[in-house]
Amino acid sequence: MTMARPDRRTDIGPPDFRRFLPPVIKANYGAWKYHEILKPGVMVHVGESGDKLFTVRAGSPRLLGTKRIRKYAELADKYCDGFLRFTSRHNVEFLLTKEANIEPLIAELAELGHPVGGIGPAISSIVHTQGWVHCHSAATDASGVVKAVMDDLSEYFDGTRKIPGKLRIALACCLNMCGAVHCSDIAILGVHRRPPRVQHDSLKKVCEIPNVIAACPTGAIRPTRIDGVESVEIDEELCMYCANCFSVCPALPMADALNDGISIWVGGKVSNARHEPTFSKLAIPFIENDPPRWTEVVQSIHRIVEVWADGARPHERMGEFIERIGWPRFFREAGIEFRKEHIDDYRYAGLTYKRSAQLRH
Amino acid sequence: MAGDNGKATPLLDELEKGPWPSFVTQIKEMADEKEQARELLQLLERSYEERIGHWKHGGIVGVMGYGGGVIGRYNDLPEEFPAIAHFHTLRVNMPTGWFYTSDVLRKICDIWDEHGSGLTNMHGSTGDIILLGTTTDELEPTFKALTENDFDLGGSGSDVRTPSACVGPARCEWACYDTLDLCNDLTQTFQDELHRPAFPYKFKFKCSGCPNDCVASIARSDMSIIGTWRDEIRIDQDEVRAYVENGLNIERDVCGNCPTKCMEWDGTTLEIDDSNCVKCMHCINAMPKALRPGTDTGATVLLGAKAPIVQGAQLSSVLIPFIKLEPPYQEIKDLAERIWDFWSENGKNRERVGELVQRVGLGNFLEAIGVEPVPEMIAHPRENPYIFFEEYFEVEEEEAEADGVAEDAQSQGGAS
Repeated sequence: MTMARPDRRTDIGPPDFRRFLPPVIKANYGAWKYHEILKPGVMVHVGESGDKLFTVRAGSPRLLGTKRIRKYAELADKYCDGFLRFTSRHNVEFLLTKEANIEPLIAELAELGHPVGGIGPAISSIVHTQGWVHCHSAATDASGVVKAVMDDLSEYFDGTRKIPGKLRIALACCLNMCGAVHCSDIAILGVHRRPPRVQHDSLKKVCEIPNVIAACPTGAIRPTRIDGVESVEIDEELCMYCANCFSVCPALPMADALNDGISIWVGGKVSNARHEPTFSKLAIPFIENDPPRWTEVVQSIHRIVEVWADGARPHERMGEFIERIGWPRFFREAGIEFRKEHIDDYRYAGLTYKRSAQLRH
Repeated sequence: MAGDNGKATPLLDELEKGPWPSFVTQIKEMADEKEQARELLQLLERSYEERIGHWKHGGIVGVMGYGGGVIGRYNDLPEEFPAIAHFHTLRVNMPTGWFYTSDVLRKICDIWDEHGSGLTNMHGSTGDIILLGTTTDELEPTFKALTENDFDLGGSGSDVRTPSACVGPARCEWACYDTLDLCNDLTQTFQDELHRPAFPYKFKFKCSGCPNDCVASIARSDMSIIGTWRDEIRIDQDEVRAYVENGLNIERDVCGNCPTKCMEWDGTTLEIDDSNCVKCMHCINAMPKALRPGTDTGATVLLGAKAPIVQGAQLSSVLIPFIKLEPPYQEIKDLAERIWDFWSENGKNRERVGELVQRVGLGNFLEAIGVEPVPEMIAHPRENPYIFFEEYFEVEEEEAEADGVAEDAQSQGGAS
């Protein structure tokens, strides 16, 4: 480790969040009594003191230039004494104490192109990853797919269309899942479909062969020699395209324009409300990449959302709804063909088989 | 739409249409001033044409003395796109809870306009401020400017990743502990572990104030700290009646959704059998003016969530059913350190804690970190009869014991 020089600050951590809390929060910290959703994207928190804090939540593209961030700062100065925050789903929230400022703020956000919504029974912004904008392992773009899907679903965000409960969508552009989409009502997941192509010329120079072999969860990678040079070979039948080998060795590229694409998963959630947290399950194994608007992905998700919105009871999340009606009916109503790929074949796959005669005929 | 910046991007232009705010517009806004943003737009258009990414595997770059916080990024067409030949990301540890003032946001913008592409993510999926794209030469100057303004880098690689927390007591009546203070405290306490990767793989803390788990800690963090309570749900019966009068179908939509059916509505009063309540939050979510969590609050600590790479995705499972969380939070910090000791000793390369627990067994893991097994940790006891017993008796020993001879043999029997 390098010695720290006296003029160089390190290991200071982030600035203390308390520096950025508005006075109304400092005065009511830990002493909020209840909240109400006043309209789509607007809520009020009421303190034991009777103080009120209004929140206006707006959708954002996550990828922001400094010009737009400065606009947010301007709006915060104009309407909420400079106080704002972001949410875990990339939304921006303005923290107001003057109720009269809500409508003018919403009008200015609309002019900037930022819809207000995503609170309560609504589709909130899509949590997502970098995609082709900035990632080396992406099997699809992230921002573009999200933009196309949210264009289609924006009426569920801004409250124009009502839905029975929350619906959370997330996108990860490969199985590394920086977006950890595996517990979402709808997960959009970039997938590869062909094994890595071994770059025999460079592999020995850039990678540790034992590490490469150890990286494979199915034991598909074996040592070999090509023209006298040490390298690895891949048993293609054992490869499930997880790309863990590529993560440890750049000489095993996975990306492939012809074979990369998107899978769709449904019915996961993280909240403990009603049913326990659960993973998303496979709905559509593969849809090919179709930039710039990913039409089939958008249409498939639209249909899944509508099946749920039409059939679910109040509060019922996607997974709870499907559990109640059964998977066969879900596949039928969503117009999705059930295929071999839907049946798990990795560790503990048997736990996912139907092990009773409780069926709907 | 922003200006066209020289070259056409017909595919990306399609993503400026429609009601949702466009990332393409954001890149174009910066492209008016930044060559890097102009080239990024062109490179991305190329990816849209070819349906493949153009970023190479990361290189080892960073700031002096840190092993994480910078993601090295190079494009594979450096001659065509020289301004973004190096286009490294800095992960900047956000203020806990993502609270800002307009002044501090502008300061971050000033720094990034001077030293980088002007493009950001607010925020990355772990929670950091992502400064998207600069050259190797600018890393140290950016870091200097950030630290002069009290910001520091976040985690990357095999280290403690930037911890995150829900909005907590700052703006939520359901916060069962101070998520913001704990998250900030853990972040400050473990600065060395955060900046200098020394673990088998990443380790994430996420702090949620109640079982609604707004930061998805149970799905995304190695240590999930989820607020809960152990006394009674507070009820305001007048407000319950007000919800019913306003049209809430309390029997179907509240009582009917209770996972343990521990509540009953007799037409005038809501009764809850708190001894059978599993703190799922549903009834409280449905009637926030009428019901609130109890006042004997704390958290459940769960361990081991992760995304699929490599042995499959996992949700965290219960490690400590209930813990009081007050500064200085020594108990939870000691627990984390005991887990790290065992993991560092026994974990394989790129093995998350949750996978290690699967490999060695939860029972053995608990023994190693000094936590007693309790039934709250399991969904149900084992179904498989292959039990690893840790000792057995020899006939000779029992006979010897019967003769009252061997004290040693006697003390070796029984649970270890």
